Amino acid sequence: MSFKPVILWTDALVYVLVAVIVIFAWQVRRHEHLLAPWRRVGHSASGMAALTILMFFIVIGLLDTIHLRPAIENGNGGSEAAYGVEVLSLLDLLATPLRTQVETTYSAPFATHLYARETVELPGGGQVREFPRLKFGGAHLQDPETQLFGDIATRAGTGAGLALLLWFLIATSVTAIVAHCRGERFVSTLSTIWQGITPVPWRAVFVTLALILLLGGAALALCSDYHILGTDKVGQDVFYQSLKSIRTGLLIGTLTTLMMLPFALLLGVAAGYFRGWVDDLIQYLYTTLSSIPGVLLIAATVLMMQVYMETHPELFDTIAARADLRLLFLCVILGVTSWTGLCRLLRGETLKLREMEYIQAAHAFGVSHWRIISRHIIPNVMHIVLITTVMDFSGLVLAEAVLSYVGVGVDPSTISFGTMINAARLEMAREPMVWWALFAAFTFMFALVLSANLFADAVQSAFDPRMKTLSALARTWRRKSIGKSA
Amino acid sequence: MLNYIIRRILYALPILVGVNLITFTLFFVVNTPDDMARMQLGIKRVTPEAIAKWKQERGYDQPLMFNNAEEGLEKLTRTIFFEKSVAMFAFRFGHADDGRDIAYEIRTRMLPSLAIALPVFVLGLIVYITFALTMVFFRATYVDFWGVVLCVALMSISSLFYIIGGQFLISKLWHLVPISGYGQGLDSAKFLVLPVIIGVISAAGANTRWYRTLFLEEMGKDYVRTARAKGLPESAVLFRHVLQNALIPILTGAVVVIPLLFLGSLIVESFFGIPGLGSYTIDAINSQDFAVVRVMVFLGSLLYIVGLILTDISYTLVDPRIRLE
Repeated sequence: MSFKPVILWTDALVYVLVAVIVIFAWQVRRHEHLLAPWRRVGHSASGMAALTILMFFIVIGLLDTIHLRPAIENGNGGSEAAYGVEVLSLLDLLATPLRTQVETTYSAPFATHLYARETVELPGGGQVREFPRLKFGGAHLQDPETQLFGDIATRAGTGAGLALLLWFLIATSVTAIVAHCRGERFVSTLSTIWQGITPVPWRAVFVTLALILLLGGAALALCSDYHILGTDKVGQDVFYQSLKSIRTGLLIGTLTTLMMLPFALLLGVAAGYFRGWVDDLIQYLYTTLSSIPGVLLIAATVLMMQVYMETHPELFDTIAARADLRLLFLCVILGVTSWTGLCRLLRGETLKLREMEYIQAAHAFGVSHWRIISRHIIPNVMHIVLITTVMDFSGLVLAEAVLSYVGVGVDPSTISFGTMINAARLEMAREPMVWWALFAAFTFMFALVLSANLFADAVQSAFDPRMKTLSALARTWRRKSIGKSA
Repeated sequence: MLNYIIRRILYALPILVGVNLITFTLFFVVNTPDDMARMQLGIKRVTPEAIAKWKQERGYDQPLMFNNAEEGLEKLTRTIFFEKSVAMFAFRFGHADDGRDIAYEIRTRMLPSLAIALPVFVLGLIVYITFALTMVFFRATYVDFWGVVLCVALMSISSLFYIIGGQFLISKLWHLVPISGYGQGLDSAKFLVLPVIIGVISAAGANTRWYRTLFLEEMGKDYVRTARAKGLPESAVLFRHVLQNALIPILTGAVVVIPLLFLGSLIVESFFGIPGLGSYTIDAINSQDFAVVRVMVFLGSLLYIVGLILTDISYTLVDPRIRLE
């Protein structure tokens, strides 16, 4: 099958982000003093477990970022291949059954029948009102009432079994690598991991991995023949929507920071370093911006952006490009409203740093301002940038849902946690109640935000030892219990 | 003191002017009134007459900054900038799209907003400080650890979940309070209970954790060691000394939001059908009523600046070491 790759604006920025992270990681690896705090992150059990979960989200998000337009099959085999207007991602292609198996309306998780009565024509003439069979969900079953449970159990069991095998392979090879690196025998490494006394908390990682793989394996084995999280009002699979929402959530959380970072960094450092009128001007700028309540500024800007996009339809050629541009705008706007906090922190830190002896020495040697800023100040404020970035992430993911509810969030055609919740918000009041769409959106969002929060906590306690975070508490606590048992 | 307050207010003026310029640019320069008219009247079939009528109804049928058609000072005053943006400093807010006076709406809707926001604020402070103190009292034990775990978990739940879940559980399943609505006088209490509880819970995680950090920071100071050294019991150290000193950053940090309480909460008000300023703003956003949104932006930043000034004053009131220059 031929296809034409498509790079949307946000895709390009995601690639930039990945490149930045890779370069950053490479830099960190080369310098011991940069590596040390990261090693502390690596030694935090909650942080590493959270990172394992985050990794799964990131992989799904990245799969959903590679976009392409598949060729339309045409019989005459012409030399010009025609490409569909529909932009699909790699995740869409992998999840083709999920995407295309659309029912007519609501159906409960693992249901074989619709959730609403419909008038069905009987073969011998006449009509009855009944719950019709689903077109796809459990369609392979002859007699759903007797077979359903057994079929689900065998499929889930097979999937979980295969996942367990995969887990076993990963765990064994990681243990072998660790044993090799530490120059120990495999068995002794295994026993230290089992007791949970390795510096890198492999036990926590393995347990988390096992949980994810078991859930994922069972879901994977079931999702092509059942709607494991039900279907929504128009019959779309909720599990598919939840998977698609991950990318939107990740994008909002990361791209917003990527957008505002250059401004916050440059302006904050410049204000603290040059002082005088530069400081006054920049302070005035961020005080003014931060004095407008965030939601109101976002609402006003998004409203104006809507008007602009309605009156300038020539800016985008496909629906996907339009939705994507709107997502990007939203990130920019969120960035504009949230850069002030970081800017203020950086200004304060730079004010402190510029009085340090090594900066004074650099001045005395006649090093240029630009060089002092780039070589001496920016590397020394990076920990603030990093902490703010990881701390902001979860807040932004949560904010997206609220903004979409208010009506100033992502494009209605973009699948996100916010649009899912917004579409389903009246379903709890419905009789009979439809709970699965809200359940799915909130559960996925909770998993993403909780793991982000735990990881942020670990990063914060590693880079800023003064903070009394959860990881710090767990560390002193573990030390205490080890001391007691010893 | 009075001198300082006056100077502080004078400092606030340029910021308000800046906010005003930003909203003016956003609402009238990025998109011309013509664009807005076209958007509201429908993109496709829209006649120039309809646009002209739309603009005339709202008073947008004037030049942006400079009116050459007029004489003398009116060159400046008969413009959109003067009549729509500068007029806000005199609290002349104009009319919403449905023809109602925005200033009147704001006055009547302030009270319902406050009826929710004020209890949430006061109750929240008491609850968060109590929990944070409990965690600090049992610091580095199971209580502390699981308390922080609970805080992180609470922080990770969307505020929408608290509202939807609370409405479902308490109103629909248990029929304890009505799902939404608002009444007069004492009657309104039954409508307010649930939104207030939800308001307190949804901010509990982040705030309790933050206050715990503040308390722990205070615990590390020298005077605490002195208090312990002279033999005070831990409870006396915590409740008499640490609490009083840690309350300074907590209370002064809270002062900033007091004026903003008038604005209410967007989400809670719209879910519970409270006729406050929050739901007013949401309705304006959904019906694309630009005039109302513009006024709310201005009002929001005005109240925030008032909050900043109050914060500075409150510092001197609670902490005699700080002198205003």
